[in-house]
Amino acid sequence: MSAGTGDKLLRAADLAEARERKYLARKRVNKVALTLSLAAMAFGVFWLIWILWSTVALGVGGLNLAVLTQMTPAPNDAGGLLNAIWGSALMVALATFVGTPIGIMAGIYLAEYDVKGWLGSITRFVNDILLSAPSIVIGLFVYAVIVARFKQFSGWAGVLALALIVIPVVIRTTENMLMLVPSALREAAYALGAPKWKVIIKITLRAARAGVVTGVLLAVARISGETAPLLFTALNNQFFTTDLGQPMASLPVTIFKFAMSPYENWQQLAWAGVFIITLAVLGLNILARVLTRNKI
Amino acid sequence: MSSTLPAHEASLDYRTLAERRQEMSSPPPAGRARTGAIVDRVFGWTARGAALLTLALLLGILVSLVIGAWPAIQKYGLGFFTSSVWDPVTLEFGGLVMIYGTLATSLIALIIAVPVSFGIALFLTELSPAWLKRPLGTAIELLAAVPSIVYGMWGLLVFGPLLATFVQQPLQALFGNVPILGALFSGPPVGIGILSAGIILAIMIIPFIAAVMRDVFDVTPPMLKESAYALGSTTWEVVFKVVLPYTKSGVIGGIMLGLGRALGETMAVTFVIGNFNQLDSISLFAPANSITSALANEFAEAASGMHQAALIYLGLMLFFITFVVLALSKLLLMRLRRNEGARS
Repeated sequence: MSAGTGDKLLRAADLAEARERKYLARKRVNKVALTLSLAAMAFGVFWLIWILWSTVALGVGGLNLAVLTQMTPAPNDAGGLLNAIWGSALMVALATFVGTPIGIMAGIYLAEYDVKGWLGSITRFVNDILLSAPSIVIGLFVYAVIVARFKQFSGWAGVLALALIVIPVVIRTTENMLMLVPSALREAAYALGAPKWKVIIKITLRAARAGVVTGVLLAVARISGETAPLLFTALNNQFFTTDLGQPMASLPVTIFKFAMSPYENWQQLAWAGVFIITLAVLGLNILARVLTRNKI
Repeated sequence: MSSTLPAHEASLDYRTLAERRQEMSSPPPAGRARTGAIVDRVFGWTARGAALLTLALLLGILVSLVIGAWPAIQKYGLGFFTSSVWDPVTLEFGGLVMIYGTLATSLIALIIAVPVSFGIALFLTELSPAWLKRPLGTAIELLAAVPSIVYGMWGLLVFGPLLATFVQQPLQALFGNVPILGALFSGPPVGIGILSAGIILAIMIIPFIAAVMRDVFDVTPPMLKESAYALGSTTWEVVFKVVLPYTKSGVIGGIMLGLGRALGETMAVTFVIGNFNQLDSISLFAPANSITSALANEFAEAASGMHQAALIYLGLMLFFITFVVLALSKLLLMRLRRNEGARS
């Protein structure tokens, strides 16, 4: 009798111990997993800091007034990046100018005209794919359509290639931001007898203004750093030109050429260019974030 | 004083109530209404036209690539993808080397990026204190915004040499004589090649995958998680056994999105892959070539004709692969959203 109770007690103790062990094992697994997760986060931030640090450390050294005032030099010669910066600024500005209205109109169509219909659904699907499609393929497309036809690399071809990258970005943000506008606002405007286009332009688009501007800023940031679509559209140019019918230098393509070269001064200029581009792109991104935060 | 105000207001409108009602029910002046309707229609058409333009863009890309690649398609057909000859002098072309380079670098990138992204998403949704969520999320998103040319140059001039000294050489010393690993780690340890390209790609796609994972983890109903916690689950068990199964399709969609990015990434790969057409060894350290880097390096200088057509054929292939991968990603993410609607 007493032996039986002791047996039972022993078994209960065993069981409790096993449970305790399992519990500890689960806790240990949990601790390991969470530590690894922390490590992953640190890993991600580590690269960002390292890349930014090298960009600043190596870029600032090459930065001087000549970078902003002189043309791209020959190997082992002094010079700057003026023509490349100018070419980039001009092409980015024109591409934004061309791409933004199309993107906003298509975004309006998706958010205001065709939320559930077949055309809207297909467009949304295709747009999301274009958003992540390889940008070098856009370059091939513009080459086939423009450059091959006119037998001339040109600034215009570069503008078109960049504009085609702007459009999906602007469509996506415009649609998302218009969707956030409460329908009560639209209904109130309709109730006052406003026609649809007026409701869209004066009410919904205005309410979503900050978001739409954010989208445009993000698009500008994206194309400022794009190299691949310019490689065989705008090509490159050693000289300063305002003629968009001619090949045109751009900052990313110049960096590509200079960084791959064995010449010390070219690499130095490439680092200065990388610093300028990173500063501009991250600045635009942060500005875009600040804009939407204030809105929400 | 107070009673005079309404009276004063009322006295502004001298018409009778009947007159006013009459005005409201009668249509506005005909001319304005007609132009208004026209403007309305034109605006609608313009919006529709802009949407159609997006579709036309996709078709245009496909058609122009097929036309450009036609000579190569006619000459080589599908054999193009199994031949590793790439000789612009004798005009013999096959895309196997580039396709191998693209797939190998993307695979390495995924192997590194998926677990890290999962860890980051886990940290951001379950572990991070609230005040850190936003800055850390922004930091990861900024990593996605850094232009690829910056990654490329940094990879070539900063990261590559360090990788050679601190990773490649020790690996060779350790595994140089082990049968398969030795072959993987053979070749010149110069920090340029498939491994470096894969690592740089991994850094580039981590933010995309992590952002999608974080977003889909966030849509898991709190009630599910709280129930699991109430049953005594640890954080890891909640994420691995409740959140992950619930968001499975979204997580895979995010991985596919990252894969699509990796396959199509040009500049970062072109800088560090070495741009060398060979397929002699399975070494990860050997310089190689990818579809995008071949295009970036050779296309502008390629003479029109078979060389160009072959390059465009590669581009068409790349577009096709990324299209399928991205479409799958989109469908999976849409499925998650639909399920979410059905369950809640």
